[in-house]
Amino acid sequence: MSLNKEQVKEIAQLAKLSINDSEIEQSTIELNNILSLMAELGEIETDHVEPMAHPLEMSQRLREDVVSETDLSEEFQAIAPKTGKHHFLVPTVIE
Amino acid sequence: MHTLSVAALSKSLKNKEFSSVELTQHYLDRINRSDLNAFITVTDELALSQARAADAKLANGSGSVLTGIPFAHKDIFCTKGVKTSAGSKILDPFISPYDATLSHKLNTENMVMLGKTNMDEFAMGSSNENSFYGPVKNPWNKKMVPGGSSGGSAAAVAGRLSPFATGTDTGGSIRQPSSLCGITGIKPTYGRVSRYGMIAYASSLDQAGPMTQTAEDAALVLNAIAGFDEKDSTSALRDVPDYTKSLRDSIKGLKIGIPKEFFSDGLDSGVEKVIMESMKEFEAMGAELQEISLPNSAYAIPTYYIVAPCECSSNLSRLDGVRYGYRCKDPKDLNDLYLRSRSEGFGDEVKRRIMIGTYALSAGYYDAYYLKAQKVRQLISEDFKKAFQNVDIIMGPVSPTTAFELGAIKDPVSMYLADIYTLSANLAGLPGMSIPAGFSNNLPVGLQMIGNYWSEEVLLNAAHQFQTQTDWHSVLPENI
Repeated sequence: MSLNKEQVKEIAQLAKLSINDSEIEQSTIELNNILSLMAELGEIETDHVEPMAHPLEMSQRLREDVVSETDLSEEFQAIAPKTGKHHFLVPTVIE
Repeated sequence: MHTLSVAALSKSLKNKEFSSVELTQHYLDRINRSDLNAFITVTDELALSQARAADAKLANGSGSVLTGIPFAHKDIFCTKGVKTSAGSKILDPFISPYDATLSHKLNTENMVMLGKTNMDEFAMGSSNENSFYGPVKNPWNKKMVPGGSSGGSAAAVAGRLSPFATGTDTGGSIRQPSSLCGITGIKPTYGRVSRYGMIAYASSLDQAGPMTQTAEDAALVLNAIAGFDEKDSTSALRDVPDYTKSLRDSIKGLKIGIPKEFFSDGLDSGVEKVIMESMKEFEAMGAELQEISLPNSAYAIPTYYIVAPCECSSNLSRLDGVRYGYRCKDPKDLNDLYLRSRSEGFGDEVKRRIMIGTYALSAGYYDAYYLKAQKVRQLISEDFKKAFQNVDIIMGPVSPTTAFELGAIKDPVSMYLADIYTLSANLAGLPGMSIPAGFSNNLPVGLQMIGNYWSEEVLLNAAHQFQTQTDWHSVLPENI
């Protein structure tokens, strides 16, 4: 499995990263090198192996449905790039 | 006083040989004179005010064993009111509005934070060369890397710019720099130390731990930071033992497993010699050595380099230039804001891993990559379960070589291959440790110990006993 430049551009788009024409060649080579490393896993028979999502045999804990967080909105907005009227501001999305 | 361990400093503070303010000023002066680039932020004023508070506690006898001890904090732990960058341009403007649980715990001991240490961006790297703030130099030879990702922490401790430091380990980031810088570092069992406020890289692998001069110091610090945290849903609801209690136990009869796969082709012969000599030392102390096999361990590299990038591509999607951190100048629309903030804010290695993860998780490829990697992860974990039926501890090298030259490894895949011996403990979630075991070509070599789940006591006990018989841990770089 090897990626071409167009596919690399698509992946970048999905990852919300821009990649310019001078970088695309090198990126494609590097990503393909990494994918060849990953391809080594194809050698192992895993049909009857249970996937391991988490290192510990534990389940998600439940807790009482009570408010545990304090309101930190002012602290959080104070470090935002741009705010107004208690909102995080971004360029206009809908005219 | 900068050559004293945490345990020794604690006694000196208690006996009023010097104050925490004097000790703190001494370290701050050392940091300011240093050219290692080990720190991203030095928190002079905060440190001195914390030291004054500690001295007050010590004066009225209400301090703990760690009160007044200075430390260097990896810049991945959120610290309220202090820049927390994770080594990245995208978080360069980020002043954390809250404390990580680990930061909070050290504060409640009235410890003194000297500053935030340099690191590979978002903990992705094995040489500290992926930091937005420039590479860190290895105190043993300034042309060499300190290892990564906790390279600043390792260099700070090895260069005696701090008595100890905090670190995090996702694929070796505590153990490998500890090995390359000749210090002691422990990655506890996954879930032992809270990850709340520790900037996430790969959430099923990340774990925090101490980087110290001695195993005894590691036990003292682990006592303070381990334990269940409601704020971290992956932290384990288990009692924490007093890790200092078992340090002095005899290790006679300790069964040490030596995995033959850890002594395969790529291992440097100088490193191998040091490891085999330390095995003899353990044998002389009454431990029993036996060869074991971890047949799937070579697959740890491709497995890790699927699992970790997948998790990081998801974790780092929160960095979008909207709520905190770096935002590009004059975005023309929302998509442009996302694209340019992320592209200008992230470094090359981080982008590479985000791209790999995005691809591996995309429609049609999930089974071939992520699911496959999770299955192999299971096999790697089962290898350890089998091995621990017959042995108490596993030992081998941390890294196939000693510290390499800055700029020497340019190809990402070659850098990944150097993580061969450390990745599998993270994949299985097991505790691992690196302790100084000797030198090859005048550079330190670390011995890796891997324990069964929740067996930090076994690791620390074995490490401490080794350190009572050897003095590799107290050999200092020149001009310290």
